[in-house]
Amino acid sequence: MAKMMASTSFMLKNIVRANTGLAGLVSRRWQTAQHTLAVRKKIEETRVRARQAGGPKRIETQHKKGKLTARERISLLCDENSFIEYDAFVEHDCPDFGMENNKDFTVFGGSLSMAHAKKICKVMDQAMLVGAPVIGLNDSGGARIQEGVASLAGYADIFQRNVMSSGVIPQISLIMGPCAGGAVYSPALTDFTFMVQDTSYLFITGPDVVKSVTNEDVTQEELGGAKTHTTLSGVAAGSFEDDIEALIGIRTLYNYLPLSNSDPAPIMKCYDPWDRDAPGLDTVVPLDSSTAYNMLDVIRGVVDDGEFFEIQSKYAMNIIVGFGRMNGRAVGIVGNQPKIAAGCLDINASVKGARFVRFCDAFNIPILTFEDAYGGAYDVMSSKHLRGDINYAWPTAEVAVMGAKGAVKIIFRDSKDQKEKEEEYVDLFANPFPAAVRGYVDDIIEPHTTRRRICQDLEVLASKKLNNPWKKHGNIPL
Amino acid sequence: MSGILKGSFFLLKSGLRRPVQKVQWSVMCRFASSKSEDRYWNDKYNPSESQYDKILVANRGEIACRVMQTCRRMGIKTVAVHSEVDSSAKFVRMADEAHCIGPAPSNQSYLNMDAILDVIKKTGAQAVHPGYGFLSENMEFAHRLADVGVMFIGPSSDSIKSMGDKIESKRIAAAAKVNLIPGFDGEVENEDDAVKIANQIGYPVMIKASAGGGGKGMRIAWNDEEARNGFRLSKNEAKSSFGDDRMLIEKYIDDPRHIEMQVLCDQHGNAVYLNERECSIQRRNQKVIEEAPSTFLDKDTRRAMGEQAVQLAKAVQYSSAGTVEFLVDSKKNFYFLEMNTRLQVEHPITECITGIDIVHQMIRVAKGHKLLYKQEDIPIKGWALECRVYAEDPYRSFGLPSVGRLFKYKEPNHLPGVRCDSGITEGSEISIYYDALICKLVTYGTDRQQSLDRMAKALDSYVIKVPTALHEGMHLCKHSSGKLRVTHNIPMLRDIVVEDKFVKGDISTKYLPQVYPDGFKGTTLTEEEEYYLVAMAAVIHAKEDIRNHLFYTKDMHLVEFDKCRVWDVEAIFKSEPVDITVKREGEKYTVSIHGREITVDDNFSLSTPVISTQVDDKEQIFQLFDRKLGVVKLQYKGTVFEVKVLEKRLADYLKYMPPKKVVDLSSVVIAPMPGVVKSVAVKPGQPIVQGQEVCVLEAMKMQNSMGAGKSGIVKKVNVKTGDTVNEDDVLVEME
Repeated sequence: MAKMMASTSFMLKNIVRANTGLAGLVSRRWQTAQHTLAVRKKIEETRVRARQAGGPKRIETQHKKGKLTARERISLLCDENSFIEYDAFVEHDCPDFGMENNKDFTVFGGSLSMAHAKKICKVMDQAMLVGAPVIGLNDSGGARIQEGVASLAGYADIFQRNVMSSGVIPQISLIMGPCAGGAVYSPALTDFTFMVQDTSYLFITGPDVVKSVTNEDVTQEELGGAKTHTTLSGVAAGSFEDDIEALIGIRTLYNYLPLSNSDPAPIMKCYDPWDRDAPGLDTVVPLDSSTAYNMLDVIRGVVDDGEFFEIQSKYAMNIIVGFGRMNGRAVGIVGNQPKIAAGCLDINASVKGARFVRFCDAFNIPILTFEDAYGGAYDVMSSKHLRGDINYAWPTAEVAVMGAKGAVKIIFRDSKDQKEKEEEYVDLFANPFPAAVRGYVDDIIEPHTTRRRICQDLEVLASKKLNNPWKKHGNIPL
Repeated sequence: MSGILKGSFFLLKSGLRRPVQKVQWSVMCRFASSKSEDRYWNDKYNPSESQYDKILVANRGEIACRVMQTCRRMGIKTVAVHSEVDSSAKFVRMADEAHCIGPAPSNQSYLNMDAILDVIKKTGAQAVHPGYGFLSENMEFAHRLADVGVMFIGPSSDSIKSMGDKIESKRIAAAAKVNLIPGFDGEVENEDDAVKIANQIGYPVMIKASAGGGGKGMRIAWNDEEARNGFRLSKNEAKSSFGDDRMLIEKYIDDPRHIEMQVLCDQHGNAVYLNERECSIQRRNQKVIEEAPSTFLDKDTRRAMGEQAVQLAKAVQYSSAGTVEFLVDSKKNFYFLEMNTRLQVEHPITECITGIDIVHQMIRVAKGHKLLYKQEDIPIKGWALECRVYAEDPYRSFGLPSVGRLFKYKEPNHLPGVRCDSGITEGSEISIYYDALICKLVTYGTDRQQSLDRMAKALDSYVIKVPTALHEGMHLCKHSSGKLRVTHNIPMLRDIVVEDKFVKGDISTKYLPQVYPDGFKGTTLTEEEEYYLVAMAAVIHAKEDIRNHLFYTKDMHLVEFDKCRVWDVEAIFKSEPVDITVKREGEKYTVSIHGREITVDDNFSLSTPVISTQVDDKEQIFQLFDRKLGVVKLQYKGTVFEVKVLEKRLADYLKYMPPKKVVDLSSVVIAPMPGVVKSVAVKPGQPIVQGQEVCVLEAMKMQNSMGAGKSGIVKKVNVKTGDTVNEDDVLVEME
């Protein structure tokens, strides 16, 4: 969490300045020492009351559900003693600051009031101003019905900040309790949404409404539990067993991300030799090209210490996306997973891959692609033609539109000697040469040298600059 | 020829070198590349004698590598034959020429004589070394080679034949005055008869039904009364169980040891024994740990055994290397079991203590050269141990095969006195088609204790990691008390080499079930070791925290944000939380646990594969397997342990967290290894009881019965006979 500290300490200076100003004002207006003391006392009391949030009873209830309170969560998420709370004095509830916003279920069930929304917006504005990531810890019932349209307006204000922040600062959401109604839109707009298993739900309307509208019986878990969102909808990037694991997990992810789009991808001290041979990679691809292998073996064999933070590991498993490091430098990794559906690119896998690549690109994180799929995958998995910087082929690579059997069936539909034609096709296309002679791959490398080659290339590419034509924004159907 | 020069010295016990006495023929070591190799390749041969130009090795894996190594040293070209799946194996890469002889199943490749003979013709190989297993004791193969004028590096087919037949070999052994297990092979008439025969044989005796099996109709008798009763009871039992009550009596060998004699013979009638190997540590009649010499034999017994072995070899005009196996009882009586007419798996330990390259001698003897050894030339220098490192799960029946790719693999070759005979490298696949042997880890020392110490260290420093499973968590099934299951038997080997009885040499073939009556459950740490383990986990936490704050700025300046050098953490080991303070000062960590201070030298990084460091100024070896979400997985004393380490301020809230869900694996039957379904015994709706067989899975030539984890009703059967399944596939689901 080192990077966060850098920005929070910057905020600290601001706060200190603001406080001095306030103190001066106070001393001019009220002269009597007694009054000063009284105000101090009130400040203290209010702060204590705010810290207690919904009171000991509600805190206890939250704990009984296996959940922590907002302040507890934040203190655990941040480096020790680094969290500074803003707006504890704002009436009616209490989100917090330190580059996080947080809905506290112990206060009004975490439902959103106008005041609440304002606090969140204030934090997000500050984060944009200094270029610091926003982490939202969500545990909210939705709009505070009693406040009506004011509460809805509050949501929209937050959404607007989500949209403006998108691609400028990383936004991470962690769903730590039931989140319904308006409370689910904002997390869904952020870069990554994580959930806590069994205690968190994410849906617009609950099972009761579903029942009354469609007459379907559905549980909260089926409708919007961690399992549903990590495997079926793809809304969640991952899930954790409990609050504490979730907070540790987010800290791990955070270390892969830059503070904002004007910072480079973070480079951490690396002890795993960058030029280490990875002999295991020489045998990972089976000689029989019809046998599946696990792409995670390749990824773990290449990255620093075999450490890989996978995103959406249970959704569209035919593609793998996640973060790793190469010689300390954070990289985004995309790979076909031959173990699942032959690693083909279907609609879910494509959206999963594209979203991840867009995130990495927005935040200057280099992308490392491992490709094992025929046809269009050659193009879209970071090919030279789509501006891949360096492309390598392993000796086992086959760069072709499709496999021999299928191709021969089409090209030589009427031919009797299919077998012979197949062999011919294999000789021509089932190898890396067609791509290499055209310069579409820069080199054919021995798998065990992969790590070394990539580390060198990333070093060279660190200073890469690329200008695109001006446009308001793209309009690909995402 | 610096190699030869080096070879004309030999290593003394003290470690000093001195030139050896000049003799007519030189004592040669052919190009031994390192000092340690002098130990077991210190061979006698005549440098001017003729030799083969090209040898085909009709085997795979470590033994193919082993044979080629010697060929290389001798300057003989090698030909490998291999199956399709072995195309990029180490032995294939080692050979001068390699030829694929068929698909993976052995009967289509390594046992395919036609294909091998084709390769011989193609390559012009003059001799064939068969290694062990496969065609090594196949008379027909030896015959067919002889027909085409190619030498079979091994004994004659007649020797193979006579020793291969159980009855014939016993008959020859008896004629050669080799001790046999005394017994009465006629039918025992009645109780009196039983007592009479028992007295002739000498107690204890085994009374068993001629048709017996599975322990039924079998009694051990230590005196006349037991013989009388045992005969009556067994006879009745045999009658009801087998409908055949014919009874036999033979000598009962109580807690026998398995000790074998290595013999080496030439075609000129010369034979020597290279002393014994003790192979008592076995499971399911397969050897696990061997040593040479045996702690049990005295000089006289050794000589008597050796001489009988040589007598037997001479009786069948044996040439080449062979092994005569004996059972030895607690009174040092020894009895002939069988003779193996091939190079034995555990030959390296004999090479260590005698300095004789057995493969070399096999090759030159096959060429017709005379042995240059006399029995008095055969030394016992120091002590050697061999651990067979297998790809198998030691937590199940002392080892069930487990297959897969070795994701990380590093042999402890760099340590002194360590020899690794293996046929694999990082990335190799342990396939379902062949033996699950990963490596023969051999250590030698000036005495047994040094050899044992070196073995413990070698096992600690051995890096074997398998890839993460697709469904994480299933692969490494959690075992009780924070230990993790692994897919090799190092945890068990490591536990044995420091176990009291083993260290004392108090062993027998029943060692494993006696020492681990409930099966192997992972090592039990002493209190001190537990402290060290937890201290190391806490230091790993601290080191990770430091690393997580070590970032480079845009201009590549290393910024350390956190100056904190004290960590208050809570460690949870075996479900017990303990408060710990870690301090870093200088190059040392000081870990306070329960008021006790433990120091850990900071001489490693989180990327160090084998962490060898001073803990309380004592060398301790760890391997860091994984650290994720606060859980540190460390290998220590052979077993992988799990310790959860959290910052204290986080740990304080653990009490509010819901208890972890335990996945109920009892309601499904999961394939423990990849294999082929041989039969399915249940169908949906069928009620079954716990342990009942649901199907049979064949893997590595072994039939494995898959039993239900609990009693209940079968919900779904996911496989049918003939299906190929992967590890962790769900075979049968229960309601």
